[in-house]
Amino acid sequence: MTYSFLQQYWWFIVSLLAGLLVFLLFVQGGNSLLLTLPKSDTQRRLMINSTGRKWEFTFTTLVTFGGAFFASFPLFYSTSFGGAYWLWMILLFSFVLQAVSYEFRAKAGNLLGEKVYHVFLVINGIIAPLLLGGAVSTFFTGSGFVVNKDNISSQFQPIISQWSSSWHGLEALVNPWNISLGIAVLFLARVLAELYFINDINERQLQNNTRRRLWSDGLAFLIFFLIWFVHMLLMDGFAVDSTTGEVIMEPYKYLHNLLAMPLVMVILLVGVVLVLFGLLRTLAKPDFEKGIWYSGVGTVLTVTMLLLLAGYNHTAYYPSTTSLQSSLTLENSCSSEFTLTTMFYVSLLVPFVLAYIVYAWRKINNRKIDASELMDEHAY
Amino acid sequence: MENIDMSLIDWSRAQFALTAIYHWIFVPLTLGLALVMAIMETIYYRTKSDFWKQTAKFWQTIFGINFAVGVATGLILEFEFGTNWSNYSWFVGDIFGAPLAIEGIVAFFMEATFVAVMFFGWNKVSRGFHLASTWLTGIGATISAWWILVANSWMQYPVGMEFNPDTARNEMVDFMAVAFSPMAVNKFCHTVLSGWVLGALFVVGVSCWYLLKNRDKEKEFALGSIKIAAWTGLVAAGLCALTGDGAGYEVAQRQPMKLAAMEGYYEGEAGAGLVAFGILNPDKECPTDSVDPFLFRIEVPHMLSILAERDPEAFVPGIKNILEGGYTQKDGTVALSVEEKMERGRKAIVAFSNYRTAKAEGDTATAVAARQTLDENMPYFGYGYIKNAEDVVPNVPLTFYMFRIMVMLGGYFILFFMVMLFFVYKKDLSRMKWMHWIALLTIPLGYIAGQAGWAVAECGRQPWVIQDMLPTNVAVSQLSTSSVQLTFFIFLFLFTVMLIAEIGIMCKTIKKGPKL
Repeated sequence: MTYSFLQQYWWFIVSLLAGLLVFLLFVQGGNSLLLTLPKSDTQRRLMINSTGRKWEFTFTTLVTFGGAFFASFPLFYSTSFGGAYWLWMILLFSFVLQAVSYEFRAKAGNLLGEKVYHVFLVINGIIAPLLLGGAVSTFFTGSGFVVNKDNISSQFQPIISQWSSSWHGLEALVNPWNISLGIAVLFLARVLAELYFINDINERQLQNNTRRRLWSDGLAFLIFFLIWFVHMLLMDGFAVDSTTGEVIMEPYKYLHNLLAMPLVMVILLVGVVLVLFGLLRTLAKPDFEKGIWYSGVGTVLTVTMLLLLAGYNHTAYYPSTTSLQSSLTLENSCSSEFTLTTMFYVSLLVPFVLAYIVYAWRKINNRKIDASELMDEHAY
Repeated sequence: MENIDMSLIDWSRAQFALTAIYHWIFVPLTLGLALVMAIMETIYYRTKSDFWKQTAKFWQTIFGINFAVGVATGLILEFEFGTNWSNYSWFVGDIFGAPLAIEGIVAFFMEATFVAVMFFGWNKVSRGFHLASTWLTGIGATISAWWILVANSWMQYPVGMEFNPDTARNEMVDFMAVAFSPMAVNKFCHTVLSGWVLGALFVVGVSCWYLLKNRDKEKEFALGSIKIAAWTGLVAAGLCALTGDGAGYEVAQRQPMKLAAMEGYYEGEAGAGLVAFGILNPDKECPTDSVDPFLFRIEVPHMLSILAERDPEAFVPGIKNILEGGYTQKDGTVALSVEEKMERGRKAIVAFSNYRTAKAEGDTATAVAARQTLDENMPYFGYGYIKNAEDVVPNVPLTFYMFRIMVMLGGYFILFFMVMLFFVYKKDLSRMKWMHWIALLTIPLGYIAGQAGWAVAECGRQPWVIQDMLPTNVAVSQLSTSSVQLTFFIFLFLFTVMLIAEIGIMCKTIKKGPKL
């Protein structure tokens, strides 16, 4: 295994975790619908109990995504988290609210009352996909920061990564393209949630309402995603000179990346087709309930391939708009060869982990949730 | 260029401490309850008795209420390494990131997968699969503790790495040395066992509340729970004392300044005594002044030498000795003074800068010479950032008193579990109201002991974020103090509301009792 292979391998793993995370945002998508979709308290409880059995997976994938990024590309961890402080902090606040809300909402003595916990779930349901989508878009549009490793020898200001904007990450949200992807991810999360409810909840009125809502959420997702995607293919990108390591602007860089990596292009297309197939077939056939698996797998493939476009083929995956040469590339931001090799062996456990997750998931989801399950003492 | 604002360091530390303190309210209870409820469900599996099923289910409900807040605070801790300690994340991320990633891949998914089966699988999976899920939930939590404590131990005793001036960071060269350092092994055992002790104290205390309230329906449940928890607690508290001794030995070997602060020990001597009880003199302002550090103390002769070096006559350096150097160390070398270490640290930093400049200019000869100077002085690199020698002394009163609180409470817990077991087997515990009160009031003491232990470990290591390698004030992110203040107060508000809600829910759940 060469150092270069390990860098590419770990970028793939990080991208895959991001793909899985976006798929698992169906939990958040479901929460964003809590105050508007259900027509009765029972319907709301069914929705909460459906996603409430999966929230730990979203949480754990987020933590593992962070941990894997830290271990494999620590300069990203220090530059982005320490710099775009407010963007990440608001995201974290929203996840704190979500973590307790399922468990606490219906319990006696919960201090704030059921409705407040519902609002917490809605806040997380909207903010998390929006900010995560916006953050992923900055992998293409760039952020303002300077990295200087020589700073460590300074007696006055020995900090390596310095963020340029005093808004510390919130400035990303005034860029319309970042906002476009944020909104697209929010509506994608809602679409996935609706497909999941159709698959997991046995309640006729809720099913019908969910299918109706799928039209508008699906359309909104498609519009915002297409706007962002087309712009991304047409924009100037951050290319890395493979011999000097110099970062230069290249017109149509991401389109070039797509054409230079046919396998990525094919898988990306398959991913998009699967997302659309799951969505459109569910809309077209009232008895079709497996849309979540097509759109879910499609989401994982699409997001993974989009991130490969941002990092592979000599591209700076976390570009700096204020100091082009500070841009993070797979080569200049990764861990040592020894650490990447060690972590490579650890990553071989991932298929085993996925296998027991799938096994346990199937055991728990062996039949649909209906009102009778709300009687269970552990029901939320 | 402006200096780093010290108030930024203080608020960043405060925010991390706040998160860690809240995290350690919820996590030890889940570690302890995981074991107790798994034992109970095992009894159910073997006896098929509905009583044990309901007993296990009740403690699982309590576990679930805690679990969510533990997960939330844990998420924040992980990301705070990046958000608030960005320099740290690059300088040692090559080593420190790996345990965090392994924790996610190996432990968190196990915990998240099987906790769902434990809660929602009673009517969906076989009894055997359910039991396995309950155990795997606890095992996942324990493996998670292993990796995060590996990471923490590495900050106390950095091993298995080399500094690479080309990348301006430390890089891992020996994974096994990091993953199985003696500091990590001891810390893991001591910390997890302390969680088991807290879980046991909690179960015994809550069970005694049912007895105190004369709730006949829960009497059998309470006595059954007490028996299991008290045995678990006694074994765990005994082992905790043993591993505590091991942890103390490791501190003596790797962090002599922390040990000296734990003992309020300024003037080193051979055959040093251990302060069993003492009151520090508030007039002692400077480590090198002649003011007696104690107003009052009771000492166990030779005990500190035995604990630190396993030899009653061994020399143990005090704070003053470490500052001034000049004493002979175990390896036969003479200890450098802190001033000398600072001088060599500054040399290392200058050599690092020269190396990088020479490399950039293609001046190989200068680069080789600078590299040699850097390597010779690298063990003192962190001292190059220290402004005054006395800055390397941690807060002595805090470390001293917290250490004593932890040790005294640890001893009390052993006694408590022994007495409890005696009463539950030999006497009619259900009628001993005074003992019920003691058990109830002992629950908060379990929390205090755990927090005090972490205060010793983390405050006693200051000013270092990584021992001798990186001072805390060089590890920070470049942020405005007001930003960190604001996030501190938001977290304080959120965590406190969560804690109050959590206590409220637990009280109601306990009042309602198990479905027997």
